Amino acid sequence: MTADTTLDLLDNDPVFHLKGGMLTMTVVELVRLSHDHFARQLAEKVEQAPNFFVDTPVVIALDKLTDPINAAGLTKLLATCREHSLQPVALRGGEDFRALAQSAGMVLIPVGRQREKIIEAPAPQPTPEPVTSAPPAAAMPSGGRLITEPVRSGQQVYARGGDLIVMAPVSAGAELLADGHIHVYGPLRGRALAGVQGNTEARIFCQNLEAELVSIAGQYKVAEDLRKEQHWKQAVHISLAGDSLKISAL
Amino acid sequence: MAKIIVVTSGKGGVGKTTTSAAIGTGLALRGYKTVIVDFDVGLRNLDLIMGCERRVVYDFVNVINGDSNLNQTLIKDKRSDNLFILPASQTRDKDALTPEGVERVLNELKETFDYIVCDSPAGIEKGAHLAMYFADEAVVVTNPEVSSVRDSDRMLGLLASKSKHAEAGEKIKEHLLLTRYNPERVENGEMLSVSDVEDILSIPLLGVIPESQAVLKASNQGVPVIMDDKSDAGQAYADAVERLLGKDMPHRFLELQKKGLLQRLFGGR
Repeated sequence: MTADTTLDLLDNDPVFHLKGGMLTMTVVELVRLSHDHFARQLAEKVEQAPNFFVDTPVVIALDKLTDPINAAGLTKLLATCREHSLQPVALRGGEDFRALAQSAGMVLIPVGRQREKIIEAPAPQPTPEPVTSAPPAAAMPSGGRLITEPVRSGQQVYARGGDLIVMAPVSAGAELLADGHIHVYGPLRGRALAGVQGNTEARIFCQNLEAELVSIAGQYKVAEDLRKEQHWKQAVHISLAGDSLKISAL
Repeated sequence: MAKIIVVTSGKGGVGKTTTSAAIGTGLALRGYKTVIVDFDVGLRNLDLIMGCERRVVYDFVNVINGDSNLNQTLIKDKRSDNLFILPASQTRDKDALTPEGVERVLNELKETFDYIVCDSPAGIEKGAHLAMYFADEAVVVTNPEVSSVRDSDRMLGLLASKSKHAEAGEKIKEHLLLTRYNPERVENGEMLSVSDVEDILSIPLLGVIPESQAVLKASNQGVPVIMDDKSDAGQAYADAVERLLGKDMPHRFLELQKKGLLQRLFGGR
C-alpha cells in the first residue's frame, strides 16, 4: 500500500467546525479628537502594563466622539495604536461610520447592548451580603443543570447560561463550570469555576470546601491558598469582592 | 440470565488479575458456570495465576478473528467443572480487539455461562474500555493509596458514561474492593483507611482483602488465593463472593489483631 496522495472528495471528515464564541475585547472609546493628546495618553497607559497591550485586539469606539473624524484622521489614529502594538480590528459606531470603516478595511460593529467595564478601575462592587441559596428546583433559569450522580475525576460538567447544582460528591480531578452560580451539596474536592463568561456576580456555594481550585469570573484561588483559610472543609459561600475572592461561612 | 462482571481499576498492579481469578473461582465453587476472560492482550497473566499456562492453544484474538471456535479455545479449570478460562493473546496488542468481535464472543459465552468475569488491563485505553463496555456489574479494585483511589475514581466516571448500559441511560452496579489493606499501617497513618476510601469513591464496599503473604504464594503456584481457605486473604475473597451473590456478610480483617504466641505460630484465624 502506498500513501494515498489523491484528494478523496467523498471523504466526509469535516475540515472545519462553525462555533459560536464570546471574546472579551478592549474598547478604545474616543471622547474627543486630539492626536497629540491621544498619542501621549496611550503611551502612558501602555507604559503602565506593557505586556497587557502586546498584540491586543482593540475596538475603536466612535459613538461617544463629539468631534468629526475623517479618513485621514482615522488612519493616523490607527497608526498610533499600532505603534504601541495594539491591533485595531473594528470600529464601533452608527451607520454613518460605515464608509469610514470600509475605507480603513475595518469591520463596523453597531452600538449595542454590550456589557462594559472600565479596565484597571473596577466599578465598585456591591458589598456581598450573605445569600441563602434558593431551593434547587425553584427559579432555576433556563440552561441551569442539576446533577445527582457523583462527578468523578476527569469528568467535566458545564452549565451553559445558568446555574449548576450538584447533589453528590465532586472528586479531585473533576471540573465544574457554570455561567451562573455553582452549588455543591456534598464534598467539593475538584475544581469549581463560576461565572466563566465573566459574570462577576456569580457565586459558589458548597457544604464542604476541599476544592483544588475555585474561580469566579476568572479570579481564582488554588487549594494551597484555600487550605490556609479558616473555612477549609466547612460549608462556605464564595463571592467576588473587588478583584479577589471572598470566602465566608454559610 | 448471564451476568458480565468487569474487574477494573485504572491503575496497574493493584490486584485485578488476582481478584478476577479469586472471584471467578469462588463463583464456580458455589455452583455457577463461570468463565474468566483475559482482556490484557499482549500482557497475558491470568493463565499463570490460574495455573493453566501450559494448556493454552488458542486465545481470545483467535476467536475474534474466527481462527478458532470457543470450544477449542476455552480452557477448563482442573479444580472445578464449572470454571473456564479464555486466555488473552500474548503476541498481539489491544488493537486486535474490536467492539463487534468482543460483543459477538461475549454474546456467545452468555448462552452457556452464568457469570462472565472480564479481567481488565490497566489504563483507560482500548483494552480497558472494551473490557468494561458490555459489563452489567463492575468490581473496582483499589489499593488504600491516593493515586490508586484517584485512578479508580476516573474509572468510575468512565463506567458511568462510556459503557453500554450508561449509553442506554441505565446504571452499572458498582462494587468497591479494597486490596492490600494493612490495618497496622492504617493505624500508623501510613495508609488510607476503609472509610477514607469509601468517602472519596462513595460506592458500596464489596470487601477488604488484607495484605497477605498468601497472595504472592498463590500467584506463584498458579492456585487462585480463594482456594487457600486457611489464609486471611482467601477468606476475605470468599466473603466478597458471598456479598456479590447478595448475601450480607460482616467485614473482617479491618482491625489490627493482637496476635498471641500460638496465633503467631499457627497463623490464620
